[in-house]
Amino acid sequence: MSRHTLSVLVENKPGVLTRVAALFARRAFNIHSLAVGPTEHEEISRITVVVDVESNALEQVTKQLNKLVNVIKIVELAPDSSVQRELLLVKVKADDVSRTAVLQVVELFRAHVVDVAPEAVTIEATGGEQKIRALLTALEPYGIREIVQSGTVAVARGARSMTDRALERMSRTA
Amino acid sequence: MAKVPHPAPPRTHPPKPALQSTTPVEPSPVEQMTGAEAVVRALEEVGTDVVFGIPGGAILPVYDPLFDSRRLRHVLVRHEQGAGHAATGYAAATGKVGVCMATSGPGATNLVTPLADAHMDSVPVVAITGQVAAPMIGTDAFQEADIVGITMPITKHSFLVTDAAEIPARIAEAFHLAQTGRPGPVLVDIAKSALQETMDFSWPPAALDVPGYRLSTKPHGKQVREAARLLATSSRPVLYVGGGAVRSNAAAELLELTNASGAPVVTTLMARGVVPDAHPQNLGMPGMHGTVAAVAALQKADLVVALGARFDDRVTGRLDSFAPGATVVHADIDPAEISKNRHADVPIVGDLKEVLRQLNTALEAAHTQHGKPDLAGWWRTLDQLRETYPLGWTPTEDGLLAPQHVISRLGEIAGPDAIYTAGVGQHQMWAAQFIRYQKPRTWLNSGGLGTMGYAVPAAMGAKVARPDALVWAIDGDGCFQMTNQELATCAIEEIPIKVAVINNSSLGMVRQWQTLFYDQRYSHTELNTGHSTRRIPDFVKLAESYGCVGLRCETAGEVDAVIKQANEINDRPVVVDFVVSADAMVWPMVAAGVSNDDIQYARGITPDFERDE
Repeated sequence: MSRHTLSVLVENKPGVLTRVAALFARRAFNIHSLAVGPTEHEEISRITVVVDVESNALEQVTKQLNKLVNVIKIVELAPDSSVQRELLLVKVKADDVSRTAVLQVVELFRAHVVDVAPEAVTIEATGGEQKIRALLTALEPYGIREIVQSGTVAVARGARSMTDRALERMSRTA
Repeated sequence: MAKVPHPAPPRTHPPKPALQSTTPVEPSPVEQMTGAEAVVRALEEVGTDVVFGIPGGAILPVYDPLFDSRRLRHVLVRHEQGAGHAATGYAAATGKVGVCMATSGPGATNLVTPLADAHMDSVPVVAITGQVAAPMIGTDAFQEADIVGITMPITKHSFLVTDAAEIPARIAEAFHLAQTGRPGPVLVDIAKSALQETMDFSWPPAALDVPGYRLSTKPHGKQVREAARLLATSSRPVLYVGGGAVRSNAAAELLELTNASGAPVVTTLMARGVVPDAHPQNLGMPGMHGTVAAVAALQKADLVVALGARFDDRVTGRLDSFAPGATVVHADIDPAEISKNRHADVPIVGDLKEVLRQLNTALEAAHTQHGKPDLAGWWRTLDQLRETYPLGWTPTEDGLLAPQHVISRLGEIAGPDAIYTAGVGQHQMWAAQFIRYQKPRTWLNSGGLGTMGYAVPAAMGAKVARPDALVWAIDGDGCFQMTNQELATCAIEEIPIKVAVINNSSLGMVRQWQTLFYDQRYSHTELNTGHSTRRIPDFVKLAESYGCVGLRCETAGEVDAVIKQANEINDRPVVVDFVVSADAMVWPMVAAGVSNDDIQYARGITPDFERDE
């Protein structure tokens, strides 16, 4: 088993996420995280999906995804040639005694405090999976009240745009 | 880029569908009409001539203009499942898209089985369903079912249409998707409100909006040349031919390859007839109930050339011991089939007809370069297996008819121009084994899904598509009771099919497994339709009550005469109740989950084909 990040360009139409998610479920692939959002082109959405699979199974899931009529393009983003980020919102207990220490951790990880209450602070952090995990470990002793975490979003390094190239091909073949 | 271990073939532009031909078709002048009228017009414009269906609340608006259509014949079936299988039978017999229609909710859910069936066997079918009015969707309205959601995993694609203006484009796309690439079923679910709205109709619709749908029809030349080199240099090659050869109309090209290569051919359950059984290189069907020669050929091969086949578990048996010494060439139009079950050493993605054209040219070149392979030793081995282990059967011990005899005689008398359909089970396997098919599209059955009840409605669809053909549904007494209501449709719509009920008074294949693997404990497999039972129902009376001719045949002496009598009746459907022995079994057999090497020719007899090399 190894972890792979797939960037999937899909048509921005109802039901497309269901089709993609159902395909993973049907073939028993474990989705580690999933993030869906718009792109710079109104008619295209991007699904970033992180999966744990064997490599031959990855080939099969990619081929099956390609068969979905609403799927336009799939690219696997390797960790060393892409930027991968998650967003974390975490609520940590912080009273007069512990607040300074918690804020030091925030500083160390270049995170931000986005909300302060007498008993707790809410911290926002972005980063790769390892950084997020390390931050949570550092905050753990102070008492974590709530975690909200996004799926990974990722983009290939360099100047080229995946959506542009997909669109070019679409206009050629339309 | 996702790691792709095989060189991807050059992506070709999707073949321009007819409505987008290179000489731009001048769109027809805009006409105002209702969405319902647009459905009928769009179906007419794409070339549909027959729709199988049943009206109901949500689809009702369509049935009004359908009443006036001169270009569409509507066949009113008795159950939506019948409509779906009839559309499949129509499509499988012709290669054209079969069309079925149903209302929302239960009408649509009754199409689920035939859609799943068409999906597994890659049959081009378009299903049009009514949906509750757009504002009611999601409110648990009367006869509401999320049929798009329900059918997502069992269709090639599906559309929900809530805007009348979209109807022509979605129907055009549905037909394009259904019949190009790997064919399959497409569902178009249309809200009643969209059917009632007024819209501007013009044909053809502006453009197909399926940007993610790309076809790889042209094979990669290098891979084709490598396949040709292997065929020219291997000493134990086998052509493993699947249903894709039928779907891509590749029989002529396949025959050329067969002759040029000199290699043995095995034709899977879905491919029976695409290479004539009379051809001396055809070893018959491989797999669970295949011939010993076909199974052994694959097991001993040094080269397996899979052509439109998908290494289904019924063919491979235990995958890890399937064709252990073979290099695999795998040609298919669906890239996802390649290396799905068995690793392909030479992957070829493309339309099989095109692949074979190029392969034939490449093989000629390879023969010039390498000479023709000497296959004499290989053929000696295979011929010996064919002679030692021919298909056959033992006489019955209870005095009842041998089902194999009935089916074998039916094939002889009805001949190679007839179309044969089957249900699922023992009778299906015997029909695949003992009828000698010489032409593609003469053998229609439910291979992938294994749908009991397929035979009668599929025969109905085939007969509508090819009214001049003799169409025999070979059915079991279990299968027949699942869909025989369509006899009413056949009688009233003047679709004179023939039905041979191979009546062993039981769910025969299940009973066979109970005999072999469950100590003859016949748990819930007796149907009481046969000899010395209460005959509920009596198939002769049932046929008569449906306006068909009902005949019964109980002795071997009568078989030929009854078949001939049935063949001569053309003004109404005929049902023949062949009362056969329940103890007859399908042989050879590779039990589920065991290696093909352990094929049993008959109970307890395993040919040791490894030794006679």
